[in-house]
This record gives sequence, structure tokens and C-alpha cells, in this order.
Amino acid sequence: MSSLPLISILTLVPILGGIAILLFGAGRNIAKLIALTSCAFAALVAIALWTGFDPASKQLQFVERHLWLPSMGIEYFVGIDGLGLVMVLLAAIVVPFAIAATGEITDRPQLHFALQLFLQAGLFGSFTALNFFHWFIFWELSLIPAFFLVKLWGGPNRTSAAYQFFVYTLVGSIAMLLAFLALYAASGTFDFIKLAELSRNGTLMTSVTSKLRWPGVMPEHVPMILFAGAFLGFAVKVPVVPFHTWLPATYAEAPTSVSMVLTGAMSKMGVYGFLRLVLPIFPHEMNAALPVLMWLAVATIVASAFAALAQQDLKRIVAYSSINHLGYCLLGIFAAAKLTATGVASEFDKTAVLNGVVLQMFNHGITAAALFCFVGLIESRSGGVRSLSNFGGLRKVAPVFCGLMGITLFSSIGLPGLNGFVGEFLIFKGAFGIEKIPTAVSALGLLITAVFFLGIVQRVWSGPLASRWTTFPDLTGREKLLVAPAVAMMFVLGIYPQLLIGLFNGTMMQLTQHLTF
Amino acid sequence: MTWIVQNLWLIPALPLLAAGVTALLEQRHRTLAASLAIGSMVLAFFLACGAFVQTLGGHGEGHEAAKQVFNIPWFQLGSSSVMIGWVLDPLTASMLVMVTFVSTLIFIYSVGYMAHDENFTRFFTFLSLFAAAMLGIVIANSLLMLFVCWELVGLASYLLIGFWYHKPSAAAAAKKAFITTRVGDVFFFLGLLWLYAETGTLLFYDNGNGCLEQSALTKLVGQTAFAGMGLSTAIALLLFCGAIGKSGQVPLHVWLPDAMEGPTPVSALIHAATMVAAGVFLMARVFPLLGEPSSVAREVVTWVGAITAIFAALVAVAQTDIKRILAYSTVSQLGFMFIGLGAGGVAVGMFHLLTHAFFKALLFLGAGSVIHGCHDEQDIRRMGGLRKFMPVTFATYAIGMMALSGVPLLFSGFWSKDEILHSALAWSPSKIPFVLGLAGAFLTAFYMTRQMWFVFFGEPATTHAVSNSKEAGHGSTQLHGAEAHESPRLMTVPLTILAACAVLLSVVGTPAWPWLESYLNGHAAIWNLARLFESGTLVTMIVSAIVAGAGIATGWIVYSRSGATVTGLDPLAQTFPKLFRILENRFFFDELYQATVIRLTALLGLASHWMDRLVWGGVVEAVSWIMLGVAWVNRFLDENVVNGGFDGACDSVRVSSRVASRFQGGQVQAYMKVIAIGLVVLTILALWGWRS
Repeated sequence: MSSLPLISILTLVPILGGIAILLFGAGRNIAKLIALTSCAFAALVAIALWTGFDPASKQLQFVERHLWLPSMGIEYFVGIDGLGLVMVLLAAIVVPFAIAATGEITDRPQLHFALQLFLQAGLFGSFTALNFFHWFIFWELSLIPAFFLVKLWGGPNRTSAAYQFFVYTLVGSIAMLLAFLALYAASGTFDFIKLAELSRNGTLMTSVTSKLRWPGVMPEHVPMILFAGAFLGFAVKVPVVPFHTWLPATYAEAPTSVSMVLTGAMSKMGVYGFLRLVLPIFPHEMNAALPVLMWLAVATIVASAFAALAQQDLKRIVAYSSINHLGYCLLGIFAAAKLTATGVASEFDKTAVLNGVVLQMFNHGITAAALFCFVGLIESRSGGVRSLSNFGGLRKVAPVFCGLMGITLFSSIGLPGLNGFVGEFLIFKGAFGIEKIPTAVSALGLLITAVFFLGIVQRVWSGPLASRWTTFPDLTGREKLLVAPAVAMMFVLGIYPQLLIGLFNGTMMQLTQHLTF
Repeated sequence: MTWIVQNLWLIPALPLLAAGVTALLEQRHRTLAASLAIGSMVLAFFLACGAFVQTLGGHGEGHEAAKQVFNIPWFQLGSSSVMIGWVLDPLTASMLVMVTFVSTLIFIYSVGYMAHDENFTRFFTFLSLFAAAMLGIVIANSLLMLFVCWELVGLASYLLIGFWYHKPSAAAAAKKAFITTRVGDVFFFLGLLWLYAETGTLLFYDNGNGCLEQSALTKLVGQTAFAGMGLSTAIALLLFCGAIGKSGQVPLHVWLPDAMEGPTPVSALIHAATMVAAGVFLMARVFPLLGEPSSVAREVVTWVGAITAIFAALVAVAQTDIKRILAYSTVSQLGFMFIGLGAGGVAVGMFHLLTHAFFKALLFLGAGSVIHGCHDEQDIRRMGGLRKFMPVTFATYAIGMMALSGVPLLFSGFWSKDEILHSALAWSPSKIPFVLGLAGAFLTAFYMTRQMWFVFFGEPATTHAVSNSKEAGHGSTQLHGAEAHESPRLMTVPLTILAACAVLLSVVGTPAWPWLESYLNGHAAIWNLARLFESGTLVTMIVSAIVAGAGIATGWIVYSRSGATVTGLDPLAQTFPKLFRILENRFFFDELYQATVIRLTALLGLASHWMDRLVWGGVVEAVSWIMLGVAWVNRFLDENVVNGGFDGACDSVRVSSRVASRFQGGQVQAYMKVIAIGLVVLTILALWGWRS
């Protein structure tokens, strides 16, 4: 293990990069250049973490631990396991992808790219922090650049979208903050690992019910209220229907590159939170609320798929499909919380489902970011037009564009051989073993996804070429280079998922152990 | 383990590689693309022959010993791994030989047929992918791997049906094919999950631990899924839903006739070697799950097959598009195969699958030759007299037609259909499938005669206004039947070879020497001429011969007398106008789906959309107004009461507020303060106020 504090360096690189942009980034394209350089450094650090990571070890790795505010149980405590590593890799890939995809920014380019990097810092920080206080700072920190990026560089309705996004997420965050403050009041720790440990041996909720005395609330109801608070925070972020209405508006109004980061990396913060905090700390509460949770997941999957079907705007279609895809993650996480009889079969199902969730997070990050990138390229060629009914027959003039976007669409549909399939297969495999009927109903989502994505192929790429698009340019060499790595990853991870699963299988087995009551 | 078993994966990998390489080629490398595709198929064919020879030695060693498997882990999962693998047994080997052989001929034919298409290179990419995916299904020893390839078959068919993407009808047909089959696939997927959940493996054969082996089967049969239905039955039926979709059985058959929008070689491939055969093959592969001949699962399979066989034959009678008639005949023949599987078993269904593959490929390629010769005309009423202009096409098409109609003794279709009818007659639960099958056989002979008469006999039609030429990718659309020409040798040679096979394949499956059946069941065939004259066998043979003869005779009499042309009504339409209209409109299945499923889906879409905008959106709107109200109150308090003292306490917030205010005009600042105040107040409350 390296002696360098790699994780701190990882988080510091984009912050320094952002500051550098603000100081020296004036002039054409310099800001973008600095941003990409910073991303390259961050990627190098991420690769160092990847190569230095030992998947066989079940310990947290690259741990840094320093006292911060000892009187309040606050430490600077960072480290990664398989889950953290994969999320760090995702953030290290998606952010440069988005920055490279950013078109010409004429309005305050320095600020734009600096905010992108601050957002990356927020992502790195929240995927590596292991103390609630410290983690929460990054969680909120990532919100602020995202808000300004939407608010300042977004589409015509950006103001309302940005506020909706901000207020929504903030309400969730406050609920979650209160829940964790209450947990701290009861247990005296903000440490995720310690909280999970206390939860596992049952002392956490005992102290919650004995120490927290709230007027008008029965003590035995307190754990459930705390769970509801934490749940709300992450439910908004993922999002879970019905806390999702901010998402289509925000994704549709945000500039392409920001949508890419929002869906590719930021939406994963919610799922990550469920895996890192909610599942280990509140398994009993989740189990008690299981029917509600399972059907919320089903509603998220099915309602968002149907809503996507009714959209005309390409960005909104992709936005709703994003809700749908993360809905599968929710289905998996909730199923994993079910109190099942101990046994090899149910443990295998839980391991499968959790592996599937992490795989799906990563794969969706790549695929959805690429999809937004393609929609952005269409938009920049069409002069802002991006409604289904405006296009037709573009494959004739832009065959390469169509081919690569087609691969991405099929990856999103979950075609075997591409990355989307394996994660969904594992989630369904495990969830079906645990909760049959909700899982079977969710399969409807798989069908509807195909309907609306093939609708895009039919309406945009096929049919007679509309006369206004005869000069619609195919992908340029630079654009091919931009999307090629993402498309290549779709194939590699679809054919050889072991590349990723090998990293977090051990972590997920450990989490399964934790969930075996 | 022999070399061929270990390297069986090469058979799908070769065309897959060809697909990958040609995908990266530029459009102008036409010859290279075609050579790569054909070359890889030829190599795959030789390997398949090697595999076939390998399985011949397995005879006499009993059923299980004839299966050689090779399993490898795909990826690690928990403390074990998700496995895939391949199996070499007579079922695989016979399919491999058929698929590679027929595909090779179709590929060669395509060089001629697609010669003028601008996307020629891409066409061979998709064809290779199609064949590769199908071969993957055939060798798979894991239901997961089979499912993967199954979906890839769906993808390839989507790409090929929509190959002429500039035609809206082709784009719609491609989407329809993908979605309709995916409806079945979702159930297939659930069946797969259930099988995995219950047996813990998706490998078919794994030294006694596979999901089709005795211990797993015993476990499955012993459990109840719901409503008294056995678990193995439930799983088998879910898998069968996938087969219904892929093999175009009622009620998911609607995509198959529309799939005619693809270029004709694609239709041949879909209808003969790949795609539709996949469904039948799937059921043959998971046959142990189906249970006894009178089990629920096999009853369902038989009945679905019987209904489809008669339904599609009826519809075919009233169609006028040469390819659509063949498409419905495929649907009908697939129904026969399922009757065979359900009532008789793997060998009966597979025999018809194999013979049908040859003569249906022949018929489609023949139809392609006709279409090509008639300058892209597809309406049989506008053809006529073509036997004079296209002698090779005529002769080979006639052989295909007789094989399909079940003309006795010489043609393979007779023997394989006879086997099906024979087992349907012997099936204990019901004799109705047998009757439906006979009726289907009669109709098959009838509509094929009708088609032959329209296309090759009579007088050349001389129409001037040809409006809806289907294959617009080919330029000229004007047709004068008299100007028809024979197709190039590149197209007629494959026709001749397929015609020879349509006859020769009879040899392997006559009751006197049921070689194929014995081969599939893993024991040696015994020559016994006497079996031909066993009462049950002979009666069915005679009855089916009479039925075929009657069908042909009726068709000939009805159409040769009428002199029906493009302007006149079909004689059947004159006699039974209402019935004919129903048949012509395919029992209004498409209209029914349009009015129900498709409309419901659209409505649910709109409902979800408005739910978001009005209900959830409304709640959010209300909350945000309340929040804004609070914000204004807070701002008022802040400016007049707190008055700056607070700002010093949280410096960071103030800095970002100042940044924000530069382009915000205070709104965000107000927000930030509300947040900050809220956070601090709540923190204090939570930490100290509520502590007991």
C-alpha cells in the first residue's frame, strides 16, 4: 500500500484545478485545457488507487484518519472499498468525458469549467468519506456547483429547473442531516463503519429508543422516523417516484455536459448512499417497510418508463430512462434488505443483487452520459431542436453517428453483449429469488424501455430524410474520439464484466454477511 | 475430450469475427466484405460437419453419453461463478450443419440479390451477426448463453428487417419485430430467473448437476408453482412464451409477416435457418422440462401449435403478396413443428424443422428470384406465365412447393409432416390437433397451388400502373410480366442445391429407416421396411397423401377455371365475400392490438406523464410556494432583526452568497441564509434541545 495520502490528493486535485482556472484561465480554450489537465491528473490518481487496490482484502484501503473535532466525534476519515473504488473510477471517467463534450462556452468560461471541477471534487469527496460530517460537506458541496451550472448555462427554463433541483435536494438533505444528528445524539458517533457495526449488534437502535425522547412520539417509532429521514435524503437524489419531478426538468434544461455529470455520476450518489449508509445502518427498518419500498421501486421503474414513452423531447426521454435504470438499483437494494432465512441460496441471491446494483451504477453512468452526449451533438447540429417529430432519416447523412448512438441505445435497452445487460441480469436474478412478484412486474420496464428507445431510432434515424437536414453533418474525427472510449467500454464490460465485478465482489459479499441477520 | 468439442465455440465465433471486421470496413470494400462473410460461413460449415461426424460415433452409448460438454466461468459472483459453456450432441450437430449450410447458400445468393445496394457491406455485417447469434443458440449449454444469443438474434433481425431504413414501413416493421418478440422474451427471462433460483445453475448439462439433469428435474417436478401447477411446468411455459414470440406463434405472430419488409435473403434466413427456428430449437433443448406427452406443458405446446397451423394457413389463402403468403405458410409450418414437439417429441419436431429449413429457404430465394426477375413486383396477381421466362426458378420453386404441400414419397416435407400427423393421431389427450393439422395440410396444398398458378401459369399479366412496389431500393418499378428474365447463376445455383436437398432429405426420416429420430435419441437406426405398412403409419400416410392431393386439385380447379387477374376478384372472394375479407385482413389481429395493447400503452404513457406534471408537480409547486413564503419572512427578520451579526458567524456562506449575488440579484443570497439559519437552528435543536 502506498504511503501517499492518495485519496486526499484525489479530492484536492480538482479543487486546485478549479482555483487554477479561476486565476489563470482567461483566454480562449485555456480554461478547458486546464480542466482537462486536472482531470488527467485525477484520473492518474484514480488509476493508482485501482492498481494499488487489493480486491482480495476485505479491509478498507488507503485509509486516512485524523482527528478533526474530537469533542463532536468528527474525524477526517477517508478510505475506499470495492464500492468506493468503482464510484471514484466512474467520477474520474464521466467528468472529463463531460468536459471534453462541452461545446463552446462564451459566457464566463472560467467559472463554468471551475465549477465542473468543484463538482468532481464533491463527487470524489463523498465517495471516499467515511465520517458523516465530512461526507455531508461534500454531499452538499457537489450540489452548489451543479446548481450554478444549471442556473447560469442552462436552457430557457433554467431558473425554475435549477431552483426545483436545489430546493428538492436540500429538503432531502435536511431530513437526512436531522436523522444522522439524532443518531449521533444517541450513539455519539458519526463514523459510518462504527454505526454499521452498532446496528449489526443491535445496540444502535436500542440506544436510539432509550436515549431519544421526543414529545408525542412513541420511543419504538423513533428508529423508523430516522430511517424515513435518511431515506428521503437519498430518495430525492436517486430519485424514487414520487420524489423525482425535479429530474426531467433539470436534465432537460441543464447544458449537455452538466446533464452528463448529473446522470452519469451525481445520480449515483443517491444509490451509493443507500448502499453505504441506509442498508448497513437501517436493515431492520427497511425490512419492516419492505412491501412499501419494493412497490416504490416498481413504481419508479414502471412509471418512469411509461412517462418516457409520452415524451417528445429527446433529453426528457433520456432523463426518464435514467430514472427507470436507477429504479432497478433500488429494486435490488430493497430486495437485499429482506430478512431471509440464512442459507446459501439466499446469500447468493443477495450477493448477486448487490453486485448487480454496483455494476448497474457504473454501466448506467457510462451509457447515460454517452446518450446525453449524443443528444447534445444532435442539438448542437440542429440549432437547439430536439423534439422527436423534428427529425427523420438522418441515418442516410450521418451513418456513423447513427451507428454509435444506436450501440449506446441498445446498451441502455440492456442488450446482452453490451454493458447494460449484466447488471440488470444480476439484479433481476437476485431480486427474483427474494421477492418474486414485484420483480416480475418490474420486468415490464425492460419491455417499455425498448419501445421508447427504438422509437428514437425510428423517428430520428429512419424514414425519408427530411429536406431541412440534408446537410446534417456526420460525426467529425474529434467527436468520434470523444465517444469512442465510452462505446468501447460498453463492449468490454458487456463481454468481460469480471473486470469490474472482480473489484467489488468481495465488498458485496461482506455487505451480504452484514445483512444476514 | 476431442478437439472439436473444446473448440466448438469457433463455429459461432467465425461469423461473429466476420461481422466485427466488416462492421469496420468502409462501404466500398464490397468484395472483401462478402468474401469474409461467405468464407467464415464455409469454414463454420466444415467445422460443423466435423462436429457432426463426432456425434455419429456416439450411437449405442445411451442418451446421456452422447452429450459432450465444455463449461467455463463467465464471471465471478460471490464465492462461485456464473458459468457458460457449450454442448455437442446430435441436436446441436444436426442444427449446426443445417444452419451453416443454408446460411452459406443464402449468403452466396445475396451477393447477386444485393449487388446494386449501396449498403452492401453493411448487409453482410448484419447477415454474419445473424448467423453467429443463431449458431450461438445452437451450441449453448447454458440457458444464460442461449438467452444472450437469443437477444442478439433479435438485434440482427431488427437491423435486417429495417435494412431499407428510409422506408417508414421497414422501420416500423423492424421495431414491431423487436418489440413483439421482446414481449415473449420478458417471459422467457422470468422463466430463466426462476429456473436459476430453483436449481442454482443455468447449465443444461454439468455432470449430473445441470438444470436439465435428473436431480434438478426431480426437484422441479416435486414443487408447486401456483394453483397446483408444477414448477417445471410453470418454467417450461414461461420459456415457451419466448418461443411463441420468436417462432411467430399465435398470438405473437403479428411481426413475422411484416418482417417481409426486409430484403428477400433476410426473409429466407429468418424463415429457414435462423430466428423462427430458434423457438422450436429452444423447446427441443429444454424438452426434459416439458414432461410426459400428456403433461400440461406439452398440451399447451400442442394446442398453440395446432391453432397456429390452421390459423396461418387460412390467412395465407387470401394474401396476394408472394412473400406474405410464404410468411404465413412459415407461421403455419412452425405450428406443425410445435404439434410435433408436443405430441411426438424432439425428433418429430426437429425433423420438420430441418426439412422445412431447406424447402422454405428454397421458396424464399425462389420468390426473391421472381421478384428480381419481375423488377421488384411482389403482387402475385400482376405476375403470370413466368414458367416460360424463368425455367430454373420455376422448376426449383415447383419442387419447394411440392415439398411444402406434402406431395407423397419423393419430397421431404411429406415425410416430416406425416410424422407429425402420425404422432398427433396417437396423442392421447385429444384428437382435435390431428384434425386441425389435416385441415392445415389441405389448405397448405391449396394456397401453394394458388400461388403457383398465379405466378408461373396462366398468361403474363400486363399491368402498367404499378403503384406500391415494395422494394424501392432497386430502382425501376415499372413491370410488364412479359419482360421478366431469369436470374443470374449466382442466384439459381443455390436454388438448385436447395431443391436437391428438399428431395434428398426424405431419406433420413422415413418410417422404414427413421435415421434422424434414432440419431437424435442416441441409438442406431434399424432398416425395417415393414414399419411402412404398419396400420397406423400406413393410414396416416394415405390420409395425408389424399389431403395433399385434394388441396392441389381444388386449388388447380378453382384458379385455372377462373382466369383470375389483377383486375378481377379472387374466385374465393366471389363465393365467400365476408369470409375472404376476414382472411384477407388476417382476422384483424393487427387492428385488435392497435385498439387494445398499443392504445393502452400509449394511455399509460400519457397517464404517467400527466401524473408527473399535475399531481407530483402540483405538490412540489405548493411546497415551493410555502418555502418561498418562509424565505421572505426570514429575509425580513434577517434584515431587520438579526442584522449582520449572524453573517460573521458563517463566513463561508457569505462568500458564496456574494459570488452568487453578482449575477443573482439577491435571490440566492436569501436562500443561502435561510438554509444556513435552518441548518444551524436544527442542529442546535437536535443536539441539545431534544437530548433527554
